[in-house]
Amino acid sequence: MPHVDGFMYPNEIELQWSVLIVLYPFITGLVAGAFILASLERVFNVQAVKPTYRLALLTALAFLLVAPLPLQLHLGHPERSFEMLFTPHTTSAMAMFGFVYLWYLMVVLLLEIWLDYRKELVLAARASRGLKRLLYRAITLGSDNISAASLRIDDRVGRIVTIVGIPSAFLLHGYVGFIFGSIKANPWWSTPLMPIVFLFSAIVSGIAAVLLLYIAISRLRRATIDLVCVDTVARYLYYAFLVDFSLEMLDLVHRIYEADESFRALDFMVKTRLFTSQIVLQIGLGTLMPLAILAATQLLRLAPATRIRLYVIGSVLTLTGILAMRWNVVIGGQLFSKSFLGYTTYKMSFATREGMLPAILVMLLPLAILAVLIKLLPPWEQPLALANQADAETS
Amino acid sequence: MTATRRDFLVVGSRLLVMTAATAAALEHVLAETPEAVSTYKTAEHWWAMIIDLDKCIGAGHCVRACKEENDVIDEPMFFRTWVERYHIDMSDPDHPIVDSPNGGIDGFTEKYPEDSGKTFFVPKLCNHCKDSPCTQVCPVGATFVTEDGVVLVDKEYCVGCRYCIQACPYGCRYLDPRTQTADKCTLCYHRLTRGMVPACCEACPTGARQIADLKNPKDPAHEYLRTHKMQILKPQMATGAKVFYNGLDGAVR
Repeated sequence: MPHVDGFMYPNEIELQWSVLIVLYPFITGLVAGAFILASLERVFNVQAVKPTYRLALLTALAFLLVAPLPLQLHLGHPERSFEMLFTPHTTSAMAMFGFVYLWYLMVVLLLEIWLDYRKELVLAARASRGLKRLLYRAITLGSDNISAASLRIDDRVGRIVTIVGIPSAFLLHGYVGFIFGSIKANPWWSTPLMPIVFLFSAIVSGIAAVLLLYIAISRLRRATIDLVCVDTVARYLYYAFLVDFSLEMLDLVHRIYEADESFRALDFMVKTRLFTSQIVLQIGLGTLMPLAILAATQLLRLAPATRIRLYVIGSVLTLTGILAMRWNVVIGGQLFSKSFLGYTTYKMSFATREGMLPAILVMLLPLAILAVLIKLLPPWEQPLALANQADAETS
Repeated sequence: MTATRRDFLVVGSRLLVMTAATAAALEHVLAETPEAVSTYKTAEHWWAMIIDLDKCIGAGHCVRACKEENDVIDEPMFFRTWVERYHIDMSDPDHPIVDSPNGGIDGFTEKYPEDSGKTFFVPKLCNHCKDSPCTQVCPVGATFVTEDGVVLVDKEYCVGCRYCIQACPYGCRYLDPRTQTADKCTLCYHRLTRGMVPACCEACPTGARQIADLKNPKDPAHEYLRTHKMQILKPQMATGAKVFYNGLDGAVR
């Protein structure tokens, strides 16, 4: 039985939402953030970030495909989860997940990727043979018109999809924040700021993830890192992080100043049970440190190699901080009693359905999917057909 | 021992009265057999509960009766009803000391000297809220409010997401590990619809728990509610809670 200090209502002693539910907002946040970064180039015409455009889209897709997995693993009856789509309860925030998810997956992300890659897919299908040809032809969905006029339409539609995609990405992650923010029974969650804090932290984590992936993959491919690109992405990361940090501080200051009935209990929790994950990991290492690092890269004249190294460190710390933030929201929100009279503990198991092992696998799976996607749809400037030819020549 | 004529008459008349009472009770019980359920009309009832805290002695009979009647899993983290003991030291009224050992199922052992402050018991159960947050958040509508005001869970439909457990401000729900579905107090709905009172009310030795039909003006609960100053838990939550407490201390959460 978990260790309890003070008094918990008996049914509160065991935590209901585990580490898997921590990963759910973390993963959807990466999706939304990566997509926002991609749309910088497409909609706002920030040419400098172009080298990350396709990588950002594929990253968003890889994580989006995995997003429902932690939820499915967590459900008492995953076999009934389709009921949320077929017989959704209209007053439930959670019932909207399937619709928001499918809209985002099918209408925004897949469509945008497909439109962007269509020409290369057609060329690749023509250039390759056998199974590969079949696969590429299948992905083209039988549309092999790559005339200039047709590609212009692709581009125009793609732009519209991206424009629709931005509010959709906001919806996807703002909605995840709403799931927590709308629970009036829980003062740790219940704040109208929750969706917007989730959204900005999502943008921050998505940009950091793509920046890190871009640098890592470039190193693996022995390709030159586009400095203007990483500088620009890092600058956006810094700006987004400043907004995110301000919002979180606003929430904190508001709580401290208002000091409502829950304040004493929550304050005690932050200073004790959440000290490491909230004060040390989230605020110290995960926010102030990367903000200082990013500020340094903006203010000081540093050598390219140093800048890149700092971007890597900054991104890793940022991702750690955002993951810690998700942990503190989800787990922290269940550690105190709704009577405000006591605290329980969360002990993560290892090889159980909701333990640490499946959590690690759930986090690794998107990277594996991304590797496959990159193989199938190389996000580099080199056209697919050429890449295939090169493949054929080397094999 | 020889019985006098007077003894005979006293015992005899007592037996006669008891037999008559039993017969009347039996008739009452028989009228509420399962077959009578078809006559139960949900639209004619609106169920609530009255708890007179001045009468609660923390015996734990209600907790035991509930666990037995409803096959509630016998572990200390799963309760449809439980009893809390509050102790408030007058020198520090802001920090009540609360305990509920195993939900109070075995009652409470003496812990506080009589002159050290005030000590009282608070039975808790689902508040069968009119605007229940648990019902609002259920993604598939497995949790619902019946026409007669009882919040129930359809176990065949519940997906086990536990959102309802998070949404309940009173900690009244849990996930039954046997069925992997949400579970909670049903106000013994299976008994209510047969004209019987919930098991906890029946088991309470002091009559501290009373079921109340707010739609039935003949229910004695109406007189009680009219003549007592009642309070609900966490009124600021605006859930339309329907468990009404008499003598609820402001320290209770």
